[in-house]
Amino acid sequence: MSSYSVTEPSARQKWFAGSLVVLYAIITLLPLIWIIGTGFKSPSDAIAYPPKTFFQPTLEGYVNLFTTRTRVTEEQLKQMGEPTTWYDRLVRKDGLIIAGPSRFSERFYNSVIIGFGSTVLCIVLGTAAAYAFSRFKVPLKDDLLFFILSTRMMPPIAVAIPIFLMFRSLGLNDTHAGMILLYTAVNLSLSVWLLKGFIDEIPIEYEEAALIDGYTRFQAFYKVVLPQAATGIASTAIFCLIFAWNEYAFAVLLTSGNAQTAPPFIPTIIGVGGQDWPAVAAGATLFLVPVMVFTILLRKHLLRGITFGAVRK
Amino acid sequence: MAQIRIENVRKEFGAFTAVQSSTFTVEDGEFFMLLGPSGCGKTTTLRMMAGLELPTSGRIYIGGEEVGMKRARERDIAFVFQMFALYPHMNVRKNISYPLVSQGMKKAEVATRVAEVARILRIEGILDKPVGGLSGGDRQRVALGRAIVRNPKAFFMDEPLGALDAEFREHMAGELRALHDRMGATTVYVTHDQLEAMQMGDKIVVMNHGVTEQFGRPQQIYDWPATKFVAKFIGSPPMNFLEFDGMIGIGGDSIDLTGKRVTVPASREGRAGALTLGVRPEHVQFVDGSAYRGRVVAVEYLGTTQIVTLDTPNGEIKARTPSNQRARTGELIGLDFDARTLTLFNAETGRALVSEGNEGVLRRG
Repeated sequence: MSSYSVTEPSARQKWFAGSLVVLYAIITLLPLIWIIGTGFKSPSDAIAYPPKTFFQPTLEGYVNLFTTRTRVTEEQLKQMGEPTTWYDRLVRKDGLIIAGPSRFSERFYNSVIIGFGSTVLCIVLGTAAAYAFSRFKVPLKDDLLFFILSTRMMPPIAVAIPIFLMFRSLGLNDTHAGMILLYTAVNLSLSVWLLKGFIDEIPIEYEEAALIDGYTRFQAFYKVVLPQAATGIASTAIFCLIFAWNEYAFAVLLTSGNAQTAPPFIPTIIGVGGQDWPAVAAGATLFLVPVMVFTILLRKHLLRGITFGAVRK
Repeated sequence: MAQIRIENVRKEFGAFTAVQSSTFTVEDGEFFMLLGPSGCGKTTTLRMMAGLELPTSGRIYIGGEEVGMKRARERDIAFVFQMFALYPHMNVRKNISYPLVSQGMKKAEVATRVAEVARILRIEGILDKPVGGLSGGDRQRVALGRAIVRNPKAFFMDEPLGALDAEFREHMAGELRALHDRMGATTVYVTHDQLEAMQMGDKIVVMNHGVTEQFGRPQQIYDWPATKFVAKFIGSPPMNFLEFDGMIGIGGDSIDLTGKRVTVPASREGRAGALTLGVRPEHVQFVDGSAYRGRVVAVEYLGTTQIVTLDTPNGEIKARTPSNQRARTGELIGLDFDARTLTLFNAETGRALVSEGNEGVLRRG
């Protein structure tokens, strides 16, 4: 005889479930840990075979990431006197001197501006559009929603050439505004659809109560609807940011000198003075940080529960 | 507090007409019931009064001022939703003070008002709790608190007890009525429960298919229904309908019900053809000598009274009699009807014929 009941899982079931999660975490985290590790290896450790799990950590990769260096002769090196900084000393032992800063911080800054800029724009426009679609009688609503979604029915890169030509004639090539606009346009359909789903779930009675309690429609929207849509806004923002942050193809095509983001920049490090894997890994590591911080900050909003129970369905 | 007047209000949603030309008046301080089956337009009517829907045509007056096209926040009314609609991201105190904050009231005064309302509703102990974990009754009280805190011109309630369980409903209905009596506030209350309406209301509007069927005090509506729908909807068991072909002239005070002469209140209008005699179950009398007989089909014992179902020449009827009156299944019982309380309906239109008995109720509105 067997019975099915909703009870606490047994210790063995818990142990099994726990080890599955740990196993999954190891599989997904391993490449990440390897990249972070490689960032602290010396170039020879990075390409050593068999791969080195334990190594002497060095900041060479990070120094190489942020600087450009040039080779000098022994005599020249002697004439220059003692190195003044720790990073100077680090590169001199390879017979190099620091020639100047690299463009990495500039590219990183571009990524931040374009990534967060397009995310903010996506959320502002997306929330407004989703609210309108959810609450008002919009003529041809279903067709419009389908049309918005249809912009994602092909890979965006399929229209790269028309976009390139448009951007060129509009003077948007290699500008921050152009990239923000492009990423917003690509993400907006996702943002409208996701947010409409979240707003649909918020009972309309809350707004009606606020309207009767003496608030305008707009006040009701931002004082009552927005706090309850926080979960949806947070997860949508994370999706939008991850896409804009990681986007590579358009960034390669449309940016070069001025508005280039980090993804197309990092591979170019490989070509400068040999295959400098530690520098590449260092760039990738730093590149991960903003998205990780952003996700962790918004994590508490991802937990549903504040709206639970206030309306009886 | 204010009088509310609805004049020829109509609401269409596309091709569907939710409310057809409603007219009624809610007097100042009245506990007013909008009663009807689901989909009859009662909630739509209430929402139009509150400003959550705009009427397609017609006028709405609150305190003498025409508000039909005004926004909800300009009408100075409070609304209690069936689902309570407490703001989930605020605690009880914030929920109750929210309507005051919108008026820009000073903090100290808000605190005094909230404390007073909490005392009236006996919810002082939960003011700092989040609304999520409250019981149904407490949520109901918080929703009421949010409504009464600003002293609005009128309270609108959309089935506020609908979400509570049966036992607690009774209790809350009593509490609501007591609260109303103490505050004397004009209240419009939507319900589909005829018992609730009779029990709590000063006045009732019965609606069906977007049409106002009847408007009056609970007893008037119970005793003198204007239509067969009202007669059937109000009362449990509902009014009995005895269908027959016959005629009655102006001033006529009796009808021929399959051979039996039945005295009715003197008619004010004449009709020949399909008629319906409406009799409340408690007005069916067992008279041994009567030639009009019914066979007992079933007996339900209810304590002091019993419901006897009888098969008559004009269809099945139910009688409410004292439970000590003997009635056995299969038995033939002579029947009579209380002549002063009968209503004749035009069987085709379903409307009551005006008579000496109901003219006071029907001619007024």
